[in-house]
Amino acid sequence: MDSMTVQSPPKKKSNRLAEIAAGKTFPTETHDVLKQEPALLEVSNFNLSYGAKQALFDVNMIIPKGKVTALVGPSGCGKSTLLRSINRINDLLSTVRINGEMTLNGEPVYAPSVDVIELRKRMGMVFQKPNPFPMSVYENVIYSLRIDGERNKAVLDEVCERSLRGAAIWEEAKDRLHESALGMSGGQQQRLCIARAIAAEPEVLLMDEPCSALDPIATNKIEDLIADLRGEYTIVIVTHNMQQAARVSDYTAFMYLGRLIEYGPTSTIFQNPHLQETQDYVTGRFG
Amino acid sequence: MSSHPLEKSTLPRRRRSRVSLFAQGEPMIWLTGGGLAIALCMITGLLLLILCNGIATLWPASVPQFQTTDGSVYMGEVTRAESFRSNDEKVRVLQRKLVRTGNYEISGEHFTWINDHDVKAETRPEWALVVERTTWGRFYGVPEGFTLGGTTVASTPETVWKKFNEYHNAVSERRAKIRALETKEVGRVNRRLEKARLELRTVEMSKGTDSSVWQSENLKFLETEKSVTTEFKQLQEEISQLRAENSRYVLNMKTAQGKDIAISLSDVVRAYPANQLSTVGKAGIYFSRWHEFLCDEPREANSEGGVFPAIFGTVIMTLLMSLAVVPFGVMAALYLREYAKPGLVVSAVRISINNLAGVPSIVFGVFGLGFFCYLIGASIDELFFASSLPNPTFGKGGILWASLTLALLTLPVVIVATEEALAAVPNSMREGSYACGGSKWQTIKRIVLPRALPGIMTGMILAMARGAGEVAPLMLVGAVKLAPELPVDSVAPFVHAERSFMHLGFHIYDLGFQSQNSEAAKPMVFTTTLLLIVLIFLLNLLAVRLRTRLRRKFVSAAF
Repeated sequence: MDSMTVQSPPKKKSNRLAEIAAGKTFPTETHDVLKQEPALLEVSNFNLSYGAKQALFDVNMIIPKGKVTALVGPSGCGKSTLLRSINRINDLLSTVRINGEMTLNGEPVYAPSVDVIELRKRMGMVFQKPNPFPMSVYENVIYSLRIDGERNKAVLDEVCERSLRGAAIWEEAKDRLHESALGMSGGQQQRLCIARAIAAEPEVLLMDEPCSALDPIATNKIEDLIADLRGEYTIVIVTHNMQQAARVSDYTAFMYLGRLIEYGPTSTIFQNPHLQETQDYVTGRFG
Repeated sequence: MSSHPLEKSTLPRRRRSRVSLFAQGEPMIWLTGGGLAIALCMITGLLLLILCNGIATLWPASVPQFQTTDGSVYMGEVTRAESFRSNDEKVRVLQRKLVRTGNYEISGEHFTWINDHDVKAETRPEWALVVERTTWGRFYGVPEGFTLGGTTVASTPETVWKKFNEYHNAVSERRAKIRALETKEVGRVNRRLEKARLELRTVEMSKGTDSSVWQSENLKFLETEKSVTTEFKQLQEEISQLRAENSRYVLNMKTAQGKDIAISLSDVVRAYPANQLSTVGKAGIYFSRWHEFLCDEPREANSEGGVFPAIFGTVIMTLLMSLAVVPFGVMAALYLREYAKPGLVVSAVRISINNLAGVPSIVFGVFGLGFFCYLIGASIDELFFASSLPNPTFGKGGILWASLTLALLTLPVVIVATEEALAAVPNSMREGSYACGGSKWQTIKRIVLPRALPGIMTGMILAMARGAGEVAPLMLVGAVKLAPELPVDSVAPFVHAERSFMHLGFHIYDLGFQSQNSEAAKPMVFTTTLLLIVLIFLLNLLAVRLRTRLRRKFVSAAF
């Protein structure tokens, strides 16, 4: 990736990372372009802690509608936690405490009146390791409709085909719809999980390192798929792979120790970030 | 983040001793392997002992005749031989044989010890006949004659044997018919009378004996009683006719001591000239005995005949127990693992469940007797079967209470196994379902339970093995030495949960320790044990196959 190593003009010299580790807080460096984007999801002053350990500090960001947003940062920086807070999967852990606000299309995500199950139906999620359910390919894809009590075979068939086509796995899966999903390869399983996630036509698709358990060829296929889904869905993707973030995303957010450090258009973040720390991270100088 | 330059440690490098046993690890292989070997030896030893004894029991032995120095003659099957210390100074260790001489009605004993050095001659009489009878045990002797309605029709062993074979089947059929009439038909007539009596009693309890309803009911009852009595008389006549026909056939035998004995053919279950049989003939007897053992009812205080009611009772009780224990155990484990917040209380509950597995089984039996039979059963009787009181219906031991008691006993096994299985379901599956908008119950029902099913089946298998082999609590809550009726039969309502039942485990105990004729019963103990083990093995095999299929469906590894 030559474009990423192009030297940019010298940044403001600072020692932010050490200061953050020491407990100091800095406002997020959010690029102005983002302020013009229509926001699907708005996160404001969001704090989260697992028991006594705080994992997210005052996160403020918007997820633009119809765009792919990548969350990057070193391990343990809270990017997965942030992603998992969006569909409130973190709620399943009894020790999680949350402070702050989050809105999806203007409606609050963390309000006592919110039906968490209904909320999750508006979002799709793809996990780090492919996790197809122990049932047939067909039943996997239409799982979210099944639990809604949809019985109309025509509807189910149509959704199944549309989702599998959407996840670019229709050709491989159409002859084995009624075989166990557990017999598929890892890459196929992950695309099946994407098909399952988009079956209910979610407003936002959350991807938690979707390629980290896959080989390069399967990874390529998933990346192509994300490129296809761009525009149609709002996607938030957590990734460890800088090249992947550069290839698939429109916006990139760099996180460190639970803080959002810099957030801007991917090209700027990778070529000409405002902060030296971001530059160091995306070019692989630390992390 | 900040890298440290590699510094050379100033400490001397610690060297691991090469002579340490643990460093090499080799002895641990021997230790662990030895442990397994000892365990295997003990298990296979036990199984082989049961297998050899159990399989050999029903094989017909030849019948030698011993003449001793004091002039006595004995004829019978050699059961076993052993050496013993004699009082004689010159010969210290002697050999003796235990011979099953039978003929209990003459000698008052089934077995006789014969010292080897007392034996003057040992012969194998060609026509030594072994007669298995419905009463008095086996008879050993030589056929002398065959009388048909008082007239002798054969007087040499060959012709008697021919006549025996000619008539025995017909006589046996008539005997079976008598038995069927005595149990089924008489039972049916009795049930009719009992039903009418209970109806009358119900009316009496609600309306009193002065009411007009009772008067008319009473008339109806008397009418039924009258018709039942005539029916009963007819049945008895039929039975006595069959008996009279059967009593015409008599086998005249001479014992080894020269005594003449007449045996009615209807008392003979099976007879064979033991010393003439070829291997094929012996195999025929062997298999016919196995058939009787597996399919018939016991006779002679359980030491002879079959164990079919016990097999049936064991299987039904085990199935009922599984039916009761699995849903409860799974529900309890689901709450503990999926719903309850982990903490002190849950830990305490879990420890208590594990401790429950260590409670002596007889304690469960006592609890079952007190709680199920005397409390719940008695309440049911008062509510629904008041008319038959003071005779208890549910207020005594029965197959339902036995199954529930064993279900309690095996509950910890199922709970622990199910919890393990639930814990083994990857969290990513649950998260996947929640992310799709599944509720907790939908996730459990559609994802967690199917995935945990093979593990739950393991729990069920363990519970079944434990439950089927349990005896102590059953003695208190419903297993009996001899049950007149099976707990499931063709009479409505088909499943009689209140009936007491026979159980193989209890049968083994009864044969081994409660039997009057314990020498004769001993080989049967082995055979019955073998049967129980085979039965448990088959039940387990069934469950294991089911589990394998489920596992292939739900848990097959993809990575």
